[in-house]
Amino acid sequence: MTARLKWTLLIVISVVALGATALIGFFAWQAAQARNTSPSAVDTTAAPVTGDRIVFRNTATGEGYGHIASVPLDNPGAPRSLMDVTCDRVAATNDELACLRTVRGIAPSFVALVLDPSGTEKASWPLAGIPSRTRISADGTLVATTSFVTGHSYATIGFSTETVIRGADGSDHGNLEDFTLTIDGAPFTAVDRNFWGITFADDTTFYATASSGGRMWLVRGDITTRTLTSVAEGVECPSLSPEGTRIAFKHTVSGSGPTVHWQPAVLDLTTGDVTLLPETRNVDDQIEWLDDSTILYGMPRDGVPGDTDVWSLAADGSAAPQVFLEHAWSPSVVRGS
Amino acid sequence: MYISFNNKPSPDEAAEPGDNGSADLAAEPGVKRPRGLRTVSSTVITLGIVSMLTDISSESVSAILPLYITGVLGLSTIAFGVIDGLYQGVSAFVRIAAGYASDRSDQPKWIAFIGYGLSAIARVGLLFATGFGALTAVITADRIGKGIRTAPRDSLITATSSPDSLGASFGVHRTLDNIGAAIGPLLAFFILLLIPDGYETIFAASLAFAIIGVAILGFFVPNTRRVDAAAAPKAPRKKFAWGIVLRGPMRRVLAGAGILGLLTIGDGFVYLVLQSRSDFAAQWFPLLYVGTNVVFLACAIPMGRLADRVGRARVFVFGHVGLLAAYVVAALPLADIASTLLCLVFLGAFYAATDGVLAALAAQLTTPETRGTGIAAAQTVVAVSRLVAASGFGLLWFTLGREQSMYVVAGLLVVAVIAVAILFRPFLSSTRSLIT
Repeated sequence: MTARLKWTLLIVISVVALGATALIGFFAWQAAQARNTSPSAVDTTAAPVTGDRIVFRNTATGEGYGHIASVPLDNPGAPRSLMDVTCDRVAATNDELACLRTVRGIAPSFVALVLDPSGTEKASWPLAGIPSRTRISADGTLVATTSFVTGHSYATIGFSTETVIRGADGSDHGNLEDFTLTIDGAPFTAVDRNFWGITFADDTTFYATASSGGRMWLVRGDITTRTLTSVAEGVECPSLSPEGTRIAFKHTVSGSGPTVHWQPAVLDLTTGDVTLLPETRNVDDQIEWLDDSTILYGMPRDGVPGDTDVWSLAADGSAAPQVFLEHAWSPSVVRGS
Repeated sequence: MYISFNNKPSPDEAAEPGDNGSADLAAEPGVKRPRGLRTVSSTVITLGIVSMLTDISSESVSAILPLYITGVLGLSTIAFGVIDGLYQGVSAFVRIAAGYASDRSDQPKWIAFIGYGLSAIARVGLLFATGFGALTAVITADRIGKGIRTAPRDSLITATSSPDSLGASFGVHRTLDNIGAAIGPLLAFFILLLIPDGYETIFAASLAFAIIGVAILGFFVPNTRRVDAAAAPKAPRKKFAWGIVLRGPMRRVLAGAGILGLLTIGDGFVYLVLQSRSDFAAQWFPLLYVGTNVVFLACAIPMGRLADRVGRARVFVFGHVGLLAAYVVAALPLADIASTLLCLVFLGAFYAATDGVLAALAAQLTTPETRGTGIAAAQTVVAVSRLVAASGFGLLWFTLGREQSMYVVAGLLVVAVIAVAILFRPFLSSTRSLIT
């Protein structure tokens, strides 16, 4: 092959490769613009929803993708009321919203926001990594957040989570890593402990997951004494039922690391009985209680990257899962009163 | 840096150097060249550009992978670190095999081509991978490709460089390589800034850069062979001798690199210590790696030249003082911005003083027939011992805590640097081949 031919071929290859990339980029940009400005794939309404409702992240394509949305609790198929606020995770009470967001940029950053129902910012603070879970205490005074601290994904360090509790005004109630941890009655000081998935019982008591050396515990936390005490083992990402006697969680059925398979389950706090629920797919979400007999959780939609549905399942395992809310993620049940 | 566009070192460059190799400046009469400048062959530059493009390709993807997994696939990233150990092990084995294959077949270019090609093909998979399993497979294929290509490529760099400027050659190559590693993440985040869900565009760009890199390798890098079949058809082919790699000075290099590798716990832990204490480090966490790379690329050529002048073994061993400094700074309760930046500088300098220099050292201490295997063996020892170090440090971290375990490793490293310097004494300041 002559030098001239080699150069010609290289130029052709480069132009084709970079040109194709530019084209893909252009169409992706155009599609993104079109999606953002095209009407939503679901019916929406400007009127705010009050009373009992579900607040969630809208994942329907079109205008309002990624925005906070709400629908009446008794009619989830009704047109969605969209807010002009985007979030990766959302939690809500009647008077406020907790919103975790990824801020795009040359160095992406992550932020937690507390908003009033109209979307006005009341407080905000930076997060250490990618948003994972958020919850608000029933009286609205406390906000819990969990984020994944990831650096370079090829780093050999596994993962690290940061779970903090803040007041709704942004005041710092501490990182769970700084709480005193007691496992099976003995102080536990291993340095590789990780915490995630807070669920509040009231404005001093909460439950969360503690892990160390591949084991996981359900812990009960106390904000005033800054203590965490193990309650049960193998209970991950807890969610306390409205009546406060049961914990819905992700039960590891098989595998670990990338091959892990989680099945939703319910732990009775008084008897210690665990009921596995009839869901065969892998559930990777912090469960939300619709009411005392039904749980909700998000699932990725098959073959549609970036889209998800919220499913419902009987908490006693008596019925198969069914779609509760299409094109939705991070559901939060709000009792308006 | 003077760059020659010949693929063979010019006669005066290859001329016998004087003691300690500082005398290849016997330039032609009339040609006055500043002290310290050496030639770097066009093949080294070309291989550097190939590596640069390949690094843009792989680092752009790895930078956004956590966001992609959580944002698009809707999974938590908890699982991600686990696969790392697996592919590190596979990659180490593949590396030795590829080095050996390159020596035995005498086709270093085409073995390297297979490695680069495999990584490029893996990028096609990215465009179609939709689940975590597929993604894992793609990344594993990419890392295997990396394992295959490294040793034959470094042996090509050696074959097209003057023995006296080997360190500088590797320095030039690693500089270009790390320019790519620094550009990759920035390019990816920039695309995401323009196109909110532009992951597909990033994957396409990654594939494009990989293809161009492979094309440049295929078209413009000569398959520098030891045996010139046309010129000397009857020349007896020298035998491949494992003894060169496993005995004599190379054995000391492998042992020394292994000992130091066992105390190299990985940037990830250093960043985590910084992040746990410093708001600055936490905010810029995704870019700490880029910062280290920038320092690495800025120092690679000076460190390579220094190695050519004062001895590759010496620079390799004492380069670990940079690592030591990074450990100490990370553990000391200093002001956050200063300690973060200092850590990046020390880590970058450490990589600059050890990465290319180790390849140059292994090349210096092996014969042309065993070079690929020798370089691969040294790099594998480093990779495996660092993997052991990372898991061992995990345990230490578990029992002692962040800062204390940093101090323990730093203390051990002081001892190790001295011990390895003694172990390397026969060739510590040598810049010439000891193999005849």
